[in-house]
Amino acid sequence: MVKITALDKKVLRDLGSMWAQALAIAMVIGAGVAMFVMSEGMLKSLLDTRAAYYERYGFAQVFAPLKRAPNSLSSRLEEVPGVRFVETRIKKSVSLDMPGLDEPAQGRVISYPIDPPRLNRLHLVEGRWFQGGRTDEVLVSEAFAKAYDLKPGGEVTVIMNGRREVLHVVGIVLSAEYVYTIPPGGLVPDNRRFGVLWLTRPALEAAFDMEGAFNDTLLALDPGAEVEDVKANVDRVLDTYGGIGSYSRERQFSNWFLTGEMNQLRNMSKIVPPIFLAIAAFLLNIVITRWIQTEREEIGLLKAFGYSTRAVGAHYLKLVLTITVVGIVLGFAGGIWLGRGLAVMYQEFFNFPFLYFRFAPHVFLIAGGVSLVAALVGTWSAVRRAAFLPPAEAMMPPPPTSYNRSRFERFFKSMSTPSRMVMRHIVRWPWRSLLTVLGNALAVAVLIGSMFFFGAIDTMIDIQFNRIERQDATLSFIETRTQKALEGIEVMPGVLKAEPFRAVTAKLRIGPAERRESIIGVFNGGEFSNIVDADFRPVDIPKDGLVLSKKLAEILGAGVGDTVLAQVTEGRRPLLELAVVQISETVLASPAFMDLEALNRLMQETGRMDGAYVRLDADKTSAFYKAVKNTPAIAGVAMKDATKKSFRDTMSENLLVMTTFNVLFAVVIAVGVVYNAARISLSERERELASLRVLGFTLGEVSYILLGELALLTVFALPLGCGLGYGLAWTWALSLDTDLYRIPLEVTHDTYGFAILVVLAAALVSGLLTFRRLGQLDMVMALKTRE
Amino acid sequence: MSETKVTIEARGLSKVYHTGDVDVTALAGVDLDLRQGELVVLLGPSGSGKSTLLNILGGLDRPSTGHVMFADQDLTELDDADLTLYRRDHVGFVFQFYNLVASLTARENVELVTEIAANPMSADEALELVGLGKRLNHFPAELSGGEQQRVAIARAIAKRPGILMCDEPTGALDSKTGGLVLDAIARTNRELGTTTAVITHNAVIADMADRVVIIGDGRIQEVRENAYKKDPGSLSW
Repeated sequence: MVKITALDKKVLRDLGSMWAQALAIAMVIGAGVAMFVMSEGMLKSLLDTRAAYYERYGFAQVFAPLKRAPNSLSSRLEEVPGVRFVETRIKKSVSLDMPGLDEPAQGRVISYPIDPPRLNRLHLVEGRWFQGGRTDEVLVSEAFAKAYDLKPGGEVTVIMNGRREVLHVVGIVLSAEYVYTIPPGGLVPDNRRFGVLWLTRPALEAAFDMEGAFNDTLLALDPGAEVEDVKANVDRVLDTYGGIGSYSRERQFSNWFLTGEMNQLRNMSKIVPPIFLAIAAFLLNIVITRWIQTEREEIGLLKAFGYSTRAVGAHYLKLVLTITVVGIVLGFAGGIWLGRGLAVMYQEFFNFPFLYFRFAPHVFLIAGGVSLVAALVGTWSAVRRAAFLPPAEAMMPPPPTSYNRSRFERFFKSMSTPSRMVMRHIVRWPWRSLLTVLGNALAVAVLIGSMFFFGAIDTMIDIQFNRIERQDATLSFIETRTQKALEGIEVMPGVLKAEPFRAVTAKLRIGPAERRESIIGVFNGGEFSNIVDADFRPVDIPKDGLVLSKKLAEILGAGVGDTVLAQVTEGRRPLLELAVVQISETVLASPAFMDLEALNRLMQETGRMDGAYVRLDADKTSAFYKAVKNTPAIAGVAMKDATKKSFRDTMSENLLVMTTFNVLFAVVIAVGVVYNAARISLSERERELASLRVLGFTLGEVSYILLGELALLTVFALPLGCGLGYGLAWTWALSLDTDLYRIPLEVTHDTYGFAILVVLAAALVSGLLTFRRLGQLDMVMALKTRE
Repeated sequence: MSETKVTIEARGLSKVYHTGDVDVTALAGVDLDLRQGELVVLLGPSGSGKSTLLNILGGLDRPSTGHVMFADQDLTELDDADLTLYRRDHVGFVFQFYNLVASLTARENVELVTEIAANPMSADEALELVGLGKRLNHFPAELSGGEQQRVAIARAIAKRPGILMCDEPTGALDSKTGGLVLDAIARTNRELGTTTAVITHNAVIADMADRVVIIGDGRIQEVRENAYKKDPGSLSW
């Protein structure tokens, strides 16, 4: 049996007597560890789950849409080197007439075989697969089904090719292809206004005149096949069949968004939690160092008894390790629990059919290791310093701390004696004062760094939806139409103003950089150009040349004056040389713009449009929706308010959840740090303050000396913390700068205010707790005992 | 001297500390008068109860039973805030380990008290009295132990206290330096007429007192008046 030595008992007793402080330290380290473990675990789980999902359901590696080709072409595609197998299908845009929704919802209908295909297999959540022979059965994506509470046995009204058809829901499904169901032209999921439906092939052949033909291709590749070569060869085969240009899985819409989201989560978990962990470790180090310094006499005593420096060091290490290990265990447990919770939440958000919940062992090693090292280093250096004193000296009353008249002395002259004590104490221990300030400042900073998100997202929404997008709704046609269609839109009820636009898909290239993007042709002299300058002020579209969004310019490495090669993948497929004439600021996506007429001229399709931006009379929206529903040529309408709402909802569900956790952890860290600083200051000065009480100082006067210093240091910490917090926000904003969207670096006053308030509140509560302890100071002890 | 006014009067003081299951009796029925201007040495071994007595007289602790009268006021009836005021206005303390504020100079340590006292002398004057008129601007770390203790005495007397309480004032000092400190105490007692109580376990010090109160086992064992007060400078141990 292991013998419990007297020193070990001392460890336990000491822990018992300082439990509140020990807990506060453990909480700081626990918060740092938990956050690290949580985000790493969640991220790994999501990435592994996605990989497994794609694997298990045969998610295609290359997608090749086209206008129309006979089914026999499939064998020619299979002969393309590197292609393992091919699935062909019919995929069309439709309108959906949904109960309770004034405007038509947009739909995607896709053919699905009776026997499971080799690629893009669906996951049946509820109901059954198709049964042979019937063409009025439909499988509905789960997200859309949930939005309308659709169940097997229910019905959906689909306007296919201008004809209304009522389809019977037989199954609710999930698809790896629509993990993220984003309406065409949209940026975020809107499950009420966009749904994906799978029908039997005969049904779609009949509805769209596609007997014996297909318009979409899925390909799986041989291992090691060169994706770019395969794509080029596939494009060559499909060229004469109206191929729009094949794209790899990386560019597949849902996967692209998913990757973007996951990259953001990854950046979030790669940058912020390590910073938190480092801050927690740093604070742990400060707290431990200072605390051990107050143990000077005990260390002297132990050495006097004949304990070696090593034994004394080991004793304190045990004490610190116990606290740290408790913190780490709390952090592991909390991190696993929260990570799991978050992963489940994201699983639902991403519509994954299952979740692999996993942690990489290195996550625990890093989090635990960093915390332990910080604690050990702090302990060891402080113990060493104390242990170097000859025992007799350590047990003597410490010589009065040597104070000198510092260069700041003249500023203290006019102060009262207690104030002078406060100031001299701060100046006498500049390093410690600085660390206290830094500790509190970091508490402010982690709060700002995590809080800034809430305000930044509002700013982003304001920029995108109030300053960049000035139209109320965007109408898109099923097919390109002449500008006569604009007249039809202008006379629709509720329409106050309408401007045409075109969207032409092209591969934009400059040097080695390439990007598939829609070139949006906008109406010259109109109001809805969606082009803005660096200050987000509207700018008219130049008559010639290409306007790149800032992000696209970054991706392509292009600037004003450069020439971009644009391989258009529709119409007569011209290869265009376009001069970049302007860069437009953007927060969402990475569009490119041209003057509508110039674009049509280059396409040799004068007077064509793909849709219109409209301003609406707010009182007549339902009449407008009704009219849209009755216009078969309109594929869909995107209402800005609805988009704005779904965008905000998406952000809330996605990033803000994680942010909320960050804020919670930041609060824990802030409170832990401030409380410890107050608590340690008290033990360092207990005797001095008790002496003053004996001399007749009131509790208030004594508190002023201790708490005044803490308050002053806290006040110093606030501006520094705001600065550091801004830096943290900057790092974070930078890490979230993706193709999808950019978080504007704008820290609101609310954020600063909140962070300051939390730290002030923590300081106040700590002050009150300390004040209570000051009231219990043992004056008699002060007469007798040394520190 | 027996007709002189009484500064502080203790009657039937007892003090029992409850520590765990054990009751420790520190004082068991003590009656004591400290008279105006006299220098009393409370002599006794450690654990005899002398510090407890001093703490009660100084308003740091309350007796379990008994009363302490100071200027017609019963200290045992005062609450914490009033006891603070009592210490602030009437009591000067000198501690064994000086308990100076390290961040303040000698003068400022004294000012710490004069700033809150009703009718103090100047800090310089107080330091002059203890022979430190030339070390006003030194921080505690720049002073010897004896000098630090004399600053503490100056700090205690600067408020012109009704009573000066010294708890083992020479406990941490050698004989020679201790003599200087005791000299300072004797001088302020003589020149200011401050009622002074010195507690010590060092019997030699008793020779400088007007009166010696010997305490043991929580009771007063013996009170004797010194016919002849020795000059503290002549004491050695």
